[in-house]
Amino acid sequence: MADIIDILLSASFWAAAVRIASPLIFATLGELICERAGILNLGIEGIMVLGAFTGWLAVYYGADLWTGVAVAMGAGMLFGLLHATLTVPFGLSQHVVGLGITLLATSVAYFAYRLALPQVTSPPRITPFQPYEIPLLSDIPILGPALFAQTPLTYLAFVLAFAVWFTLYRTPLGLALRAVGENPGAVEAQGLSVTALRMGAVMVGSGFMAVGGAFLTMSAFSSFFFEMVNGRGWICIALVVFGAWKPGKAVLGALLFAGFDALQIRLQQTPLGAEIPYQIFLMIPYILSILALIFMSRRAEVPAALMVPYNRGER
Amino acid sequence: MTDKTTAQDIVLRLNRITKRFGSLTANDGISFELRRGEVIALLGENGAGKTTLMNILFGHYTADEGTVEVFGQPLPPGEPGAALAAGVGMVHQHFTLADNMSVLDNILLGTEPLWKLGMGRGAARRKVSDLARDFGLVVDPDARIGSLSVGERQRVEILKALYRDARILILDEPTAVLTPQETDALFETLQKAVAQGLSIIFISHKLHEVMAISQRVLVLRHGKLVGEVATQATDRHKLAEMMVGAEITPPAPREARPGAVLMSLKAVSTAARGNQTGLRAVDLDLRAGQITGLAGVSGNGQGALADLLSGLEVPQSGEMHLAEGETARWTPRAAVAQGVGRIPEDRHKTGTIADFSLTENAVLESYTKPPIARRGWMNWREAEDQTRAIIEKYDVRCPGPEARIRLLSGGNMQKLILGRVFEAAPRIILANQPVRGLDIGAVTYVQEQLIAARDAGAAVLLISEDLDEVLALSDVIHVMSEGRLSPEFARGTKTPAELGVWMAGQGFDDAA
Repeated sequence: MADIIDILLSASFWAAAVRIASPLIFATLGELICERAGILNLGIEGIMVLGAFTGWLAVYYGADLWTGVAVAMGAGMLFGLLHATLTVPFGLSQHVVGLGITLLATSVAYFAYRLALPQVTSPPRITPFQPYEIPLLSDIPILGPALFAQTPLTYLAFVLAFAVWFTLYRTPLGLALRAVGENPGAVEAQGLSVTALRMGAVMVGSGFMAVGGAFLTMSAFSSFFFEMVNGRGWICIALVVFGAWKPGKAVLGALLFAGFDALQIRLQQTPLGAEIPYQIFLMIPYILSILALIFMSRRAEVPAALMVPYNRGER
Repeated sequence: MTDKTTAQDIVLRLNRITKRFGSLTANDGISFELRRGEVIALLGENGAGKTTLMNILFGHYTADEGTVEVFGQPLPPGEPGAALAAGVGMVHQHFTLADNMSVLDNILLGTEPLWKLGMGRGAARRKVSDLARDFGLVVDPDARIGSLSVGERQRVEILKALYRDARILILDEPTAVLTPQETDALFETLQKAVAQGLSIIFISHKLHEVMAISQRVLVLRHGKLVGEVATQATDRHKLAEMMVGAEITPPAPREARPGAVLMSLKAVSTAARGNQTGLRAVDLDLRAGQITGLAGVSGNGQGALADLLSGLEVPQSGEMHLAEGETARWTPRAAVAQGVGRIPEDRHKTGTIADFSLTENAVLESYTKPPIARRGWMNWREAEDQTRAIIEKYDVRCPGPEARIRLLSGGNMQKLILGRVFEAAPRIILANQPVRGLDIGAVTYVQEQLIAARDAGAAVLLISEDLDEVLALSDVIHVMSEGRLSPEFARGTKTPAELGVWMAGQGFDDAA
């Protein structure tokens, strides 16, 4: 017990939680945008892999870091376009298309990696984003190093969360996006294009997912290796439900999950970790997430038209 | 008024609109004009092409041939946005509202440029409340649509159009879901709109409403414009004939000979499920040889009552008795075994299985028992023979018993269901919206069959949201409102307006 309190009082724990949460925030916001528009995007896992790879590769080939982020975003949007084309105008099953996109994007990334670096045995490194200490704020005890000594991408994640919230609830575009996930018929009857709104949402959302993946190779680690996304995409799908399709709550969920993850890593190094198999610790965040999900999503209001394809009713 | 002035007054002109869906011509060369401040009624049976024509006008569909002109300008086809911008507003039959969002958000949707930071909610709120006051459309702008009554939702739909400064208002079957009182309020609103120079296209198949509100009537039949008359120069009977294209003889009511009570509910309540209202202390007696009509705006507990009789629901409290043979557990199978014949509300979703053959659908309620089932094996020959007999006797137009039932028209599908139910010789018949969506020929047929079943001694419960139908067929009438059931009214003792008071729930309060 004392071990846990020690961990919770350390600045490094909180800094790690925020760092681990960052890619989840990007991808969760991306998924949230898609689902608010009525499209379940199960391509998230693969698009994160693709973003991790393309962003890293661009930098490895000499691009600067922000260009790498843009490349990852573009790659994500491209696969988002594919997903959107199949699910919106063609109205295909969002489950099948999403899983297909995940398999395709993952395979494309791995294949391109082998093509680009055929001889390499240990993954080459790039120079990732460095922590930027915000003057004054970073001097606050515990909170300072945790929140204000992160890499620029982490700051971007939080700015993005605010921007998504603002757009959804304070702009006509957000109103239209929410409406298209509730009743696309209402959107069409008010003279807006259901297809354009939904495709746009899926493309932008997929772009954010790819940036979430790129965070792993360009901020958290410095190289690309297989299996590095490791189910984070699926966690983000759960986080959207956990957050009841609201950006603020979803960010909170990401932080909570990341907190449990940071905690279990540290618990493994305590005396407790010597007695209990480490796999038990690895399970903690997932078990706690499932519990939290059960309690949080009870009264959540699912977008009414989620997973309902829309056609204009021409028989 | 001379022709010269009317030419300037024309706000809308449809030129030879034709629309085909596969081999079906839904609209066949339809032309008409709408003048400023005029209300025209578009009259026709279900499937006559009224809604299709308005969907073309509003840009939901694209016409195969023909053009639309609004205020002299051609309207680009297939763009609801263009129709809205030109001043056309449409109140859809199935409301186009997002239930989880507020009234104000629904009205604002799509009215401002998408790429704008912030929304002018304050100014919008003022405009909405001004419109609400001017047109008598009272509704709380911050209420969630999901919490509003059907009448209030319709007001929001009209506000949506007025907020965009619509000059032409299309209303598609606006009264289908309203009580008589709500209908009166709607007509007042429409008269205010006309006084302000709006033009209105009013779609309906209810003749007395058409006579009440319109100046001109256009009659559609099988996709063609078959008549155009000034409302003053016609009457309901003539309109009905134009609409059907033949003399119509509604089923003549014969005197009922009520017998014993076959099913009785005493203070029965059921739990609310999802959107479905539960029953609240309902007392009901169903007598042999009598049609009991159940009037009410849909969604007020009719579904729960139908589920209860069908065996899909059990009472939470209260008593439910059958004349004989009480069952230990009230289930769908027990209901059928006890002689309850069920004509469900939605023949596509619960009445039939679309991709099953006619034969398979015909034996859905009897396949577990001989002669269809023999020692656990299906006797398909017997099943097919029975189906052929139903097809013959009930005049089901179909390619054959092996055809998938989804290929049938609504009327023929309903005839197969009727055959399935009536051939089992039920003692109690639950007819939930039995004629919804059928053409008049099929309507008359179904209604005659129900009367024949009554005369043969069955207890019939007729649930309908069409008050005229309930009044025409029922020997006794109950009204449902918010899960409560009114006392029994004998035929002819209550006017539609008096029943409307009960439909709106006031009768219950007055009685209490």
